[in-house]
Amino acid sequence: MQNKKNPIYSFFSSVKLALFTLFLLAITSIIGTVIPQKESFSYYVQNYSESAAKVFHVLSIPDMYSSWWFLGLLTLLVVNLIVCSFNRFPGVWKQIKADNLETPLTRLSKMRLKDKWVANTSEETLATELTQSLAGKGWKTEQRQRDDSLLLFAQKGAISRTGVYIVHASIIVIFIGALIGELYGFKGSVMLPETKTTDTIYAYDTQEPIPLGFEVRCDRFDLEMYATGMPKAYRSHLTILENGKVTFEKNILVNDPLTYKGLTFYQSSYKGYQDFLLKITDQESGEEETVIIPFQRRTNLATHKASIGIINAETRGQSVTRIKVWFDDEQGPASTFWLKAGDQATVERTDKKFIIAGKQMYATGLQVAKDPGVWVVYLGCGMMILGLFVAFFMSHKRIWLLLTKEDDKTSVMMSGSANKNKAGFEKMFFSLTTELKTDSDN
Amino acid sequence: MDSSQLLGITTFTYLFSTILYAIIFIFKAKKLGPAATVFTIVAFLVQTAGIILRWQESYAMGYDHAPLTNMYESVVFFAWTIVGIYLLIEWKFKTRVIGAFAVPFAFLAMAYGSFASGINKEISPLIPALQSNWLIAHVVTCFIGYAAFAVAAGLGIMYLIKNMSDSRQTTNDESLLGTLPALKVIDDITHKTMVFGFLWLSVGIITGAIWANSAWGTYWSWDPKETWSLITWFVYAITLHARYTRGWGGVRIAWLAIFGFISVIFTYYGVNFLLSGLHSYGSG
Ligand code: HEM
Repeated sequence: MQNKKNPIYSFFSSVKLALFTLFLLAITSIIGTVIPQKESFSYYVQNYSESAAKVFHVLSIPDMYSSWWFLGLLTLLVVNLIVCSFNRFPGVWKQIKADNLETPLTRLSKMRLKDKWVANTSEETLATELTQSLAGKGWKTEQRQRDDSLLLFAQKGAISRTGVYIVHASIIVIFIGALIGELYGFKGSVMLPETKTTDTIYAYDTQEPIPLGFEVRCDRFDLEMYATGMPKAYRSHLTILENGKVTFEKNILVNDPLTYKGLTFYQSSYKGYQDFLLKITDQESGEEETVIIPFQRRTNLATHKASIGIINAETRGQSVTRIKVWFDDEQGPASTFWLKAGDQATVERTDKKFIIAGKQMYATGLQVAKDPGVWVVYLGCGMMILGLFVAFFMSHKRIWLLLTKEDDKTSVMMSGSANKNKAGFEKMFFSLTTELKTDSDN
Repeated sequence: MDSSQLLGITTFTYLFSTILYAIIFIFKAKKLGPAATVFTIVAFLVQTAGIILRWQESYAMGYDHAPLTNMYESVVFFAWTIVGIYLLIEWKFKTRVIGAFAVPFAFLAMAYGSFASGINKEISPLIPALQSNWLIAHVVTCFIGYAAFAVAAGLGIMYLIKNMSDSRQTTNDESLLGTLPALKVIDDITHKTMVFGFLWLSVGIITGAIWANSAWGTYWSWDPKETWSLITWFVYAITLHARYTRGWGGVRIAWLAIFGFISVIFTYYGVNFLLSGLHSYGSG
């Protein structure tokens, strides 16, 4: 309590400061939505002016959401929130834990919501009856002798008083999660051609190489289109290798990434090459070979005594839809045939059959992120929704019934209070008194 | 009947609904009340059918996605939610004049969707980034929030109009503004509507963050749309605190309800057309 007099403490625990900080955050956040972020100095010189660019630079406007002053505002909000909540929570806890059977009787008679009636039964019988009928409505009653009267008390939703504090705590939890991500996480990307393997990705901002600690291979990239020509799906088949051994594989899509050892690989872009990827399998021996060849070039195969080439291709937009393959194993005239991208065909030669699959070669653009804080952030989000729900839609409802002997009758004074939705509680209160009156009449 | 016909009809039924509520308000034609309600419910059901039909049509075209993925569809859903929330308020608080201030927003949204240039009404397939259930959850929750804020702004306007007049303190039918609910009641409904909206906006921002994380590995990237939704969220957080801890009410809350909705409009519309960003609706 002594703390309350400390001016620094009261400054940081005031709601006025919270309103002020939230207001400043709302206003300053606009800046970064109007002035493009993370552009080069020359961009600002060109689009604004030399002097404006300098002012921007000094105030960290080009990266304002991580500037010292914006982070400072967020810190102020958090400190304010913590101090304010610590200041108030003990009081709220006291209210939750309060012994409501000790409430001064004068306070009960002064409550706004009140009703009185007289029942033709003895105090004890009435108390039992009331307890029973309240129990039937979900109210658990306690009772205690107070002077000449018997006090009954029941409450619902006392814990709902913590709702606001769950919300406030959730904001702190989200900040902690974001901080963990900032400190222990990283973001990077890599452009990985089909069939190729990498053990390194490149940091998002600095382009510095980051070793993965394992290898990732792109086996295949597929681009699916709608009939309209709009992209329907980008799909990469990724394989994870450790010491040359396959440990995990998955087809990834946008919105469906692969996670391995805390690193998540997201499908983010692709690049089409002028080259083609061909796979030739000897149907009998099962021997297969994959080659990459440029358009209208041919190559000799290493495993089969043959050569192969692409002599024609059809495209739509950036992507190849059909290719014309030329294949010759020097056993009779060369075979030529059209192949739909991604399909395979069986080629019958004089003494052998080959299965040939071919497609345009792509590189898949992977975004790679490690964010150990994300689950903390999600926990905070869950807490926030729970807390908001409790704070907004639940209330702490309390009712007291004071029973006093009057000759062979008993007079009842019922009072009640709720911390939220008072109109709703008032309705409930009076329908409850009506029911209790009729119940105790029988 | 196809969905575009049904949704086209909806635009006019909401206009007619608006006119009915305006007549009830201006000419104190209380007798028309039930007719206005029934008519609005029917219009709402027609729109519901239109939305469901549009969903089926996209399914039949092989696209299989909820009708919530471009500006037009979002505007239609926005109007639908406004009317839904309004009908809920009418039923809960037993007052009809609010219709004259809430239903026009639904009409304006539908009219904008139907007649504004640059709005593509076609059912179009989804690009890969938008193929996510989190996106659907995100759009639905955000728009429930936005619709609640639209209704709250309507109530704020109603409060200010009533507050300016001589009949501020009356609720009898003698004067025009006397037919409006008591100031205290309007104030209370405004607050409750904003609280409702705040909860949904919070869920909307969170589901949006989860979607972004599943698509790009970043739950928050300060893109203009995200930032504006946060600004809007701050505005309503300020409003709730000012009311709850500093006892603000009446005129100030009414203004904040209007001001908050302007921020909503900017988040929803302004960002797409005035600023640049990741969100897809801007392309029409
Ligand atoms: C963006 C951040 C914040 C959010 C989302 C938030 C949320 C809430 C909510 C939902 C309520 C309940 C309001 C109601 O029941 O109508 C509340 C109450 C309150 N908030 Fe915050 N709050 C935030 C920041 C702060 C800060 C920084 C302070 C610091 C002083 C603060 C102080 C309070 C107080 C004192 C109450 C009343 C609690 C009581 O005694 O019941 N809030 N807040």
